[in-house]
Formats: sequence, C-alpha cells, structure tokens
Amino acid sequence: VGARVGTAASVGSWPLVGVVLKIIKHYQEEGQGSEVVQGVLLGLVVDDRLEITNCFPFPQHTEDDADFDEVQYQMEMMRSLRHVNIDHLHVGWYQSTYYGSFVSRALLDSQFSYQHAIEESVVLIYDPLKTAQGSLCLKAYRLTPKLMEICKEKDFSPEGLKKANIGYEHMFEEVPIVIKNSHLMNVLMWELEEKSTMADKHELLSLSSSNHLEKSLQLLMDRVDEMSQEIVKYNSYCRNLSKQQQQKHQYLQRRQQENAQRQSRGEPPLPEEDISKMFKPPPPPPRMDTLLIAGQINNYCQNVKEFTSQNLGKLFMAQALQHPSS
Amino acid sequence: VLCSLHGLPLPSSGYSFHDIANVQIYMYTPRLYLQTMVQEQILSWYYGVWTLRGSSGNIQIFSIHSFYSTFLLLKMAVHGPFVKIHPVVLASIADSYERRNEGASRVIGTLLGTIDKHSVEVTNCFSVPHNESEDEVAVDMEFAKNMYELHKKVSPSEVIIGWYATGYDITEHSVLIHEYYSREAQNPIHLTVDTALQSNRMNIRAYASAQMGVPGKTVGVMFTPLTVKYVYYDTERIGVDLLQRTRASPTRTNGLTSDLAQVASAAGRIQEMLNTVLSYIEDVLSGKVMADNSVGRFLMDLVNKVPKISVEDFESMLNSNINDLLMVTYLANLTQAQIALNEKLVVL
Repeated sequence: VGARVGTAASVGSWPLVGVVLKIIKHYQEEGQGSEVVQGVLLGLVVDDRLEITNCFPFPQHTEDDADFDEVQYQMEMMRSLRHVNIDHLHVGWYQSTYYGSFVSRALLDSQFSYQHAIEESVVLIYDPLKTAQGSLCLKAYRLTPKLMEICKEKDFSPEGLKKANIGYEHMFEEVPIVIKNSHLMNVLMWELEEKSTMADKHELLSLSSSNHLEKSLQLLMDRVDEMSQEIVKYNSYCRNLSKQQQQKHQYLQRRQQENAQRQSRGEPPLPEEDISKMFKPPPPPPRMDTLLIAGQINNYCQNVKEFTSQNLGKLFMAQALQHPSS
Repeated sequence: VLCSLHGLPLPSSGYSFHDIANVQIYMYTPRLYLQTMVQEQILSWYYGVWTLRGSSGNIQIFSIHSFYSTFLLLKMAVHGPFVKIHPVVLASIADSYERRNEGASRVIGTLLGTIDKHSVEVTNCFSVPHNESEDEVAVDMEFAKNMYELHKKVSPSEVIIGWYATGYDITEHSVLIHEYYSREAQNPIHLTVDTALQSNRMNIRAYASAQMGVPGKTVGVMFTPLTVKYVYYDTERIGVDLLQRTRASPTRTNGLTSDLAQVASAAGRIQEMLNTVLSYIEDVLSGKVMADNSVGRFLMDLVNKVPKISVEDFESMLNSNINDLLMVTYLANLTQAQIALNEKLVVL
C-alpha cells in the first residue's frame, strides 16, 4: 500500500441510491426481531473516496444450514455479477443494528479482515428503528490506523494498549457519507414523485419518546454493568499484582536477613532460589473487551443525547402551538 | 359485454370468449390490421404479436380495416388490475441499464416478488445477460437459474413473477423471452421501463400476456397493459424522501443531515403546507375561489386536532417531559465523563 491521498478523515464514502434502497429492503423483509442482517458492499475506490455501487445480502444463519458455505455463496454471487458488468470489488460490508449496539468483537474482527485486504473498506451501519422515526440513519465506520496496528500485533494486554495510547474514542472513525445519483436516477425520482400517491407521514415530528428512551436506557444500563464488572476485574488484578510484588520483596528481604545471619554464624548461605517461579505473576486481563464496552457506551450516550435534543425541540414547538398569543 | 364501435357489424361467428374477472371480450383474427390514432400514437401490427399502447389501457379506435371484421375492446387483464412495484426494483433496472454492454440497446432481467390474490408485488430483480440482433435473441438461461437459486437462499419467499426490459416497445423478441418465462412462472408479468426517455418521460408499464387467435390455426399473443402502482415500506419511503433531495442539488449529491436540522426541515415542510392552506382560505374568504365543503370539513378536523388543554395542565405535562429529557441527557453526559475518567486512570 503506497502513499494515500489525504488523511483518513477526508475519505468519504459515496453509496449510490440503489444500494441504500436495497439495504432498507433487506432489513424490512428478513430482519424482523433483533437479528442483525448483513451483506456485502461492492464498488470502486476513486482517488480518496470510496464509491459503493452495489450490494448483496447474506442469508441468515440457521441451525439446520450447517453445510451452507458462505464463501461459496459469495464467490458465486460475485462471478454472476461480473457477467452483468457490476463492479465486483469487495469494498466493505453492511450490518443492521438494534438501538445502536454494534460495537462488538465480531464486528471488530470482520472489519479488521476487510481493512487488511483493502485499505479503504468501511462498514455501513444501518439503524432501522431510528430510520422509522423519521430520517435515514446510515453511518460508515472504519478502524483507525492505530487500532489496525494493535489488531495486527494481537497484543491486547494493558501494557500494549498503553503504549499505543488508544482511547475508546480512537477506535472507530466515522466516514462522511454522500449519496450520489446519476441523471437517469434523477429522472426516475421525478417519475416516482409524480406517480406515488402516498400521503406524507410525519413520523419525525411525533412527540412520543418514552418507548425509545426506555429501551436505550435499558441497554445502556446493561453495558454499564458489564463495564463495572470489567473494572472490578482489572482492579483486583492490579491489587493482586501489587500484593505479589510486596510478597516478593518480603521474601527477598527475609532471604537476605537469613543469609546474613548464617554468614555471621559461619554456615553456608541458602541457595538462591528462582523467585520468578515461586511468584508467578497473575495473568493480566485482556483490555480489548473493556475498550469495546466503553466505545459502545459512548455510542449509546451519543444516540440518547441526539434523541433528547430532537425531542426538546419538538416539545417547544408543541408549546408554541398551545400559546398562540405569546 | 359485446359492443360495436363506430357502427361496424359483428360477425356472428368466430368469437373467443375470455372471461377474466369482469373483463370484456376479446375478438381476434389472425390477419387484423389496425390503424388507429390514439393520442397521436399509432398502433402497429406485427404478425402474431399485437402491441397496444394507450395512456391507461383505454383505447379508442377510430377506424378499422379488417379481413374478418373485428375490433378490440379491452380493459382489465389476467391478474386483476394491479402490479405493485417497489422503488428498489426501478433503481436496479436503471442501474443495470447504465452498465449495459457496448452495442446492446436494451437490458433484460428477471423480476422476483410475491403473488397475491388480487395483485402482484415486485420486490426484487436481477439482470440477465442477453444478446439481441435483428433475427435472433439469446438469453443466458443458466445464469438466470443460478441467480435465482442464490437469491432464494436469502429470501425464500420470493418467486419469479416475470421479467423486465428497458425500452419503449414490445418486439417480437419479447414474445420469445416471454414464452421462456412462462415456463418458469404462470402468467408472467412483463415490465418495460423507458430509459431512453422517448416521450420525454420515463414510462414504466406492465403487461400480462394472453393467448389469442383461432385455436388450432394461427395463434398469437397479446400483451395487455396492467395498472402500475408504487408501494413502499415505511422505512423505504423515508429513504426515498431523502434521496429525492438529491434532485435539487447541482452536483446530484446529498449528505445526511444531523439531528436538529432534520426536525427543523420537517417543521419547515409543515409550515409550507400551512401556508398553502392559509392562502386557499383567504382566497375563499375573498370570494376568488368557490368554497368546497369537503375541504372545509378537513380544515375543521385539522383545527380540532390541536387539543384543548387548560394552561396549568399543559404546563405541568410540558415540564415533566422536559425534566425527563434533561435528566436523561445529564445521565448520558455523566456516563461519558465516567468512562473517559476510567480510561485516563487505567493509563496512569
């Protein structure tokens, strides 16, 4: 991989209209319930942006489909699509999410393998519940270069992370999305506008918020619980470590004292024992999960804040309606 | 229901009755030559295939030549009137048209969807490579089968319900392709999308085929138009709304807006609508426009929708809601600060 044009932050991603519609449709038809639906994005890399021109969905994993070969499905699809001149470069993948809970080990691993193969690949996260509330919620994420380094080394211990100075904010970076249309697509849009007779529903302006808030807060609480457990683990590890250090110290001192005594009595000193074998340091807990949980909590908080700010605006509008004279 | 147009007499034999829902009767003859003017479009005749065009399926025939006097009057088609199309299908068709091979003038592909008692819903499609020249047409059927299998793995409820082609006409090749598809599905639908914008619009039409002709002798296939409707899932409609906004921008691009801006724009839209309504009301009051009772009733409904609550009650409701939201915001901020702190402490 040679020099790249622009910094990572300026890499935009440009999905086309059809891709967005396909993702929406896939979730709608197959993803009811809290299962995530996934699929592959195809496109090209142009200068410093990523153009996503097509996508196809992955079937759901079912228990009785043990012999279903995902790789084979993918290869077949790509081969067929090549026949009809569709770009078949694998530039990323998409996933639906439930209230914003997508920061997980699985995601990290998949994204790492994609990004390893192709520098600019992204994961598109589609939030259907938020979209149903009024406006399309589609975000693209990539791993930061620092995180890529760490994943390559597979060094998840606290010292490793400390060295790389990674905080939970530096794990994923968001890539701006711009939706592009071709002229033909524009014509199509005009046709649809004329012909479609659906009335405009304004879900965006609906005032009911408690349901969504409840669920989000529930998920947030679960994560915070997990986080606190991790913290407790880490704390106990630290304490054990320091206790062990103390014990080592004490042992060494006693040894020295004894040796001094023996020398004064003229006896041979005790043999030097291998202290490291006696005091095996406890294994450090992996810090990656903590990072992920912290990232997820951050995400939830962001979403909640966005939601509340929208709702505050709506409430003030409702107030204005009630007091026309003021 | 038989009828005669412009005084042409009906022969007493040679009828074929297709009783299809509440549809009228088709008459046929193998050597019919129709020359009509329908809104300045000329119906053409291909031996064995009739192509019919009209704005909504109603055809007015002005003059008829025939060897065995016949005429046609048709309205509905085999499935019942509706073909419901999702916008994702149209987007894919437009996309595959843009990617067609050099020299190909049109693209064809398979339509997938579900069949219902009264209508057919088209929810997905994929394009199929084909070669077309003056005398022959070759469609890669292996490919079509493979793709269908793959698609079935993802959405097992979708079946082949027809095929699409870009372009304005129905040609003889279409008949052959249609025949192939009728082996895969009963009563396949044929969809045409006019991507070459022949009449300054992108006409999207659907057809079903019906047999016609003298049984035992020459038979032909007639494509009867169906009504096309666009349906959306809710989330689809929201997506399409966003995509509509790309029309306005000069570079045909559009970013996704952030939270408060969305509420602001939604409020802006409602304000526009209110302005329209207000100007209409003023027109009516000043006598410029006739008052319409049904509109008046809707307006009454609208005004009554703002609930009448006493001031104290409303204040208390508003305040409690605002308090809830503020509390949640505070908690979220607190949590974020906590994890940031934790981060720093660990690194120490």
